[in-house]
Amino acid sequence: MSSGANLLPATRNALALQLLAIADDEFVIGSSDSEWTGIAPLLEEDVAMSSISQDEIGHARAFYELLAELVEDGRDADAIAYDRPAGGYYHARLLDHPRGDWAQTIARRYLYDTADAIRLEALAGSSWTPLAALVGKIRREERYHLMHATTWLERLALADGEPRRRLLDALERLGPDAGTVLAPLPSEAALLMSDISAAGAVELELRWRAAIGPTFERLFLPLPPPIASPETARSAHSDAFAQLHEAFTSVRRIDPAATW
Amino acid sequence: MDGPSASVPSPGAIRAALADIPDPELPVVSIEELGILGAVTADDRSVRVELHPTFVACPATDLIRAVVEERLAAVIPGRRTEVAFVFDPPWTSDRISAAGRAKLAAVGIAPPLASGSGGPIALDAVVPCPFCGSSRTRLDNLFGPTLCRTIRWCPDCRQPFEAIKTV
Repeated sequence: MSSGANLLPATRNALALQLLAIADDEFVIGSSDSEWTGIAPLLEEDVAMSSISQDEIGHARAFYELLAELVEDGRDADAIAYDRPAGGYYHARLLDHPRGDWAQTIARRYLYDTADAIRLEALAGSSWTPLAALVGKIRREERYHLMHATTWLERLALADGEPRRRLLDALERLGPDAGTVLAPLPSEAALLMSDISAAGAVELELRWRAAIGPTFERLFLPLPPPIASPETARSAHSDAFAQLHEAFTSVRRIDPAATW
Repeated sequence: MDGPSASVPSPGAIRAALADIPDPELPVVSIEELGILGAVTADDRSVRVELHPTFVACPATDLIRAVVEERLAAVIPGRRTEVAFVFDPPWTSDRISAAGRAKLAAVGIAPPLASGSGGPIALDAVVPCPFCGSSRTRLDNLFGPTLCRTIRWCPDCRQPFEAIKTV
């Protein structure tokens, strides 16, 4: 069903890179935010962040499975997810930051969830039907994540003193990398010509800025600047990611036959 | 022509044999009532069963698949079976049957509202309390004990309760 047999090689390669980018994004943010399980600032948020992280890792698994069926190189979803060195991951630089404090986690979730929603919207009508079906399902779930992140962003931004100060600090650290989620993939032209995606990076970033602008304005928050060096938006990962990678691959290294 | 195939159950009969399998996380309702059980198709040699996962990350999917395969092996031994999870059409909370909704409410889990375009329900949407029927309940947590549930609070009977997410 998900075979890429009818696709031109250039299209298949472009699609594979798009699937890898989304899967790694979801896998890394899900793994990073799952660190809150047991230590979130409120019991309700322990439940929420654990649930959101579980969703994201499940989404990653579904995208890795599509990728495995597409490229048919002998690796299954687990092998793609766990058997690469830290330098071989293709997530956006925004997700290279550590989860940080609660304000940084919320700021990143908001920046990521808003950008991800724009990206998924452009893939919802994909000419590759397995992707369109999965994206249609995932968009219904992601709306809950966005609602949660928006509620918390407002709560922190409108609380004077430490909450707002921490949020502003977080946005200063994360803002320059926020746009990396929508940075152009090297294979963008092939995705557009084959109608796998309905919009390129320039258009996606415009839509994203239009989506977040009113909220940032209402909350008197500084908008993220344009990203520097978009060509390395998904490479050159941080020491913080190397540590996260060490943690999330540890079970796999102990027992490669373990199932999730 | 009247060989062994004459005794092979029809796709409808096979589907009926799977319908009462309980959901692992909400065993009060079946996979049929939750709308997880989809199309069953068959030819001379093989049977294909489609399942619609409630949430992409639902950890119960592998368990449901195993139970369905076990049931198939008992109903149609020797035939090749395929149990596939599909997203087309996507599972939405509108797929839960009237009987399923009544059973959920009876154990204190509020059924979902109509999903419309599939977003979360508005924060001020009226979700009746499954215990006392109050319409003044409020959202306590968008997320809950499983991916498909939220937590609400009833100010009249002073009870927290779970509600199936509207998706």
